[in-house]
Amino acid sequence: MADIVLSRLVKEYAGGVRAVDGLDLSIADGEFFALLGPSGCGKTTLLRSIAGLETVTSGRIEIGGNDVTALQPGARDLAMVFQDYALFPHMTVRDNIAYPLKIKKVAKVERHGTADETAEGLSLGGLLLRRPGQLSGGQQQRAALARAVASRPRVLLLDEPLSNLDARLRLEARTFLKRLQRELAVTTVFVTHDQAEALAMSDRMAVMEAGRIRQVGTPSAVFHRPASTFVASFIGSTPTNLIDAVVDRDTLTVAGVVVPLPAEALGEVRDGEELVFAVRPEYLRLHPEAVPGGLPGTVAVVENMGVSSLVSLEVAYGAAPVTVQVTVPEGEEPEPGTRGWVVAEAGRVLLYRRGDGLLVGSPAEPAPEPGADAAVSAGR
Amino acid sequence: MTAGQWLRRVGFYVLIVLIAAFLALPVLWLVFAPFDRTPTLATSLPSWTLHNFATLAQNPYALRSLGNSVLLAAATMVLVTGLGAVAAYALSRVRIPGRDGLLYGLLLLSSIVTGTAAMVPIFLLIFQLNLIDSQLGVVLVLSGGLLPAAIFIMKDFMDTTPRSYEESARVFGAGPLRILRDVVVPVVRPGIATCAVWTVVNVWGNFLTPFILLRSPEKSPAAVVLYTFYTEGGQPNLGLISAFSLLYSVPVVAMYLFVNRRYGFRFHGGIKR
Repeated sequence: MADIVLSRLVKEYAGGVRAVDGLDLSIADGEFFALLGPSGCGKTTLLRSIAGLETVTSGRIEIGGNDVTALQPGARDLAMVFQDYALFPHMTVRDNIAYPLKIKKVAKVERHGTADETAEGLSLGGLLLRRPGQLSGGQQQRAALARAVASRPRVLLLDEPLSNLDARLRLEARTFLKRLQRELAVTTVFVTHDQAEALAMSDRMAVMEAGRIRQVGTPSAVFHRPASTFVASFIGSTPTNLIDAVVDRDTLTVAGVVVPLPAEALGEVRDGEELVFAVRPEYLRLHPEAVPGGLPGTVAVVENMGVSSLVSLEVAYGAAPVTVQVTVPEGEEPEPGTRGWVVAEAGRVLLYRRGDGLLVGSPAEPAPEPGADAAVSAGR
Repeated sequence: MTAGQWLRRVGFYVLIVLIAAFLALPVLWLVFAPFDRTPTLATSLPSWTLHNFATLAQNPYALRSLGNSVLLAAATMVLVTGLGAVAAYALSRVRIPGRDGLLYGLLLLSSIVTGTAAMVPIFLLIFQLNLIDSQLGVVLVLSGGLLPAAIFIMKDFMDTTPRSYEESARVFGAGPLRILRDVVVPVVRPGIATCAVWTVVNVWGNFLTPFILLRSPEKSPAAVVLYTFYTEGGQPNLGLISAFSLLYSVPVVAMYLFVNRRYGFRFHGGIKR
């Protein structure tokens, strides 16, 4: 088991494209860590750099205190599960699982024993003599996981581990993966573009954009206090409402309506400063009649989401109406075309600066500062 | 069915039968003539005899030449598939400027190597190398001529193999040759089998190269020895030629059947892509 420390990591492709751009990150021993971001943000490149499949342009990768930046993938004592699982089609499941041990020159009887045991633990017991082509998607995924963990690596890397499964199986696999990771207590880094996966599975996560990390924190911290408008719009199954607002002394004008300034923003913002008012649809309340501080609008669309519905409200303001989305519980759906007033729950409003899109006030869990690395080094 | 339709259909089948007969006649000749005491160029039911095969068995070079053919074909096949697989893997995975141009160029020029046009320079080259009348010389020339196309075919197969297979093996600590042996070669086995069969057939049927580069009849392959079967009067000895031709074609047919059964193109299940 080992921790991972990345410092000043840069990966520049020919042509000057920086997939990873001066990135610092520490992942603790035994942590289940998610790299989340839209496609093209550099998350897969980062994972492949940790694996050694990409040679980094500059910077340092340490695993368990050893500098592995210049080492071949095989010398880093890690395992990786690929998005397509990369099970060898000409080998049986048993031979696939035993393959890493074969390379490590473990005797045949012993490696088959380990393979059988690992397969049993992942409920692949009856499938050992099958070939990957004869397995279902979920079984293939478990076979790939078994192969990765059979050699007891210090670090487990997962590249979009759930994206090839259908929606139902994905939920099961999520629970299963999390339990497996906890049992093995192996430092695990996984890449995903699905924010729900990252929130559900990880101990901590990093949200990436354009080769840089925009926020690192626990799923709850990232969900409740996104560090920037980018993170805010990326996290959550329903998109966060981001509405332009202006500070008016100790109040805020949002789409022409005056609302109180959140307490934490007092002293942080100037009078007349242009901000972005952000609140999740889940934290808004829809009222059928006018309420003080409520944004008035017309119900445009109602989308049924099972136990709740997502209501899109058009708030007339200036030239183009502003759309505000709010979730309402089952049975309280308004009729399209009716009027409604939305009010944010206390303490749920976040403010971002219009210029750089950063959060006003500090995120609940500040990103590790330069001093944090030193503390980790000292602890070793 | 009207009479017109009926007639048209009959006419169609008659035409098909005629075409089939036209194609089958030479094959029938190959089956009947060897067993005929007095074969002619016409296909006819023979007066059965094994006399031609008995004469063939007494010819000092006939059976030996089949052995020579096997030797040349096998050696060339090993060289072409071995070197071809390694080269194809490298060319498939390493990006070098002008790679495709190089491949196409080689492919284009390779037909010259085993063809007639370059025979004089190749003869001189082999002469300088002291490889005249050596089977090694023949193997090298044929390999040189066949390699580019083999590389081309195998590279195509390797291009379609997902890189994640190799990367996965790399993460587990396998080196390049090990990856080639454990992962790439088994996955592209149909392609390699194709190349092997194709090489063997090419060498088996090649007449010009061994004819020019080999002097002694005891080193000549079957294709060359077949050319020497004349009667004292200078007429082709049809009995010997047909019997030898039959023996000459059996190994190739047998190999086709074997390879098709063993390595035939079957589906290697992976992940949907």
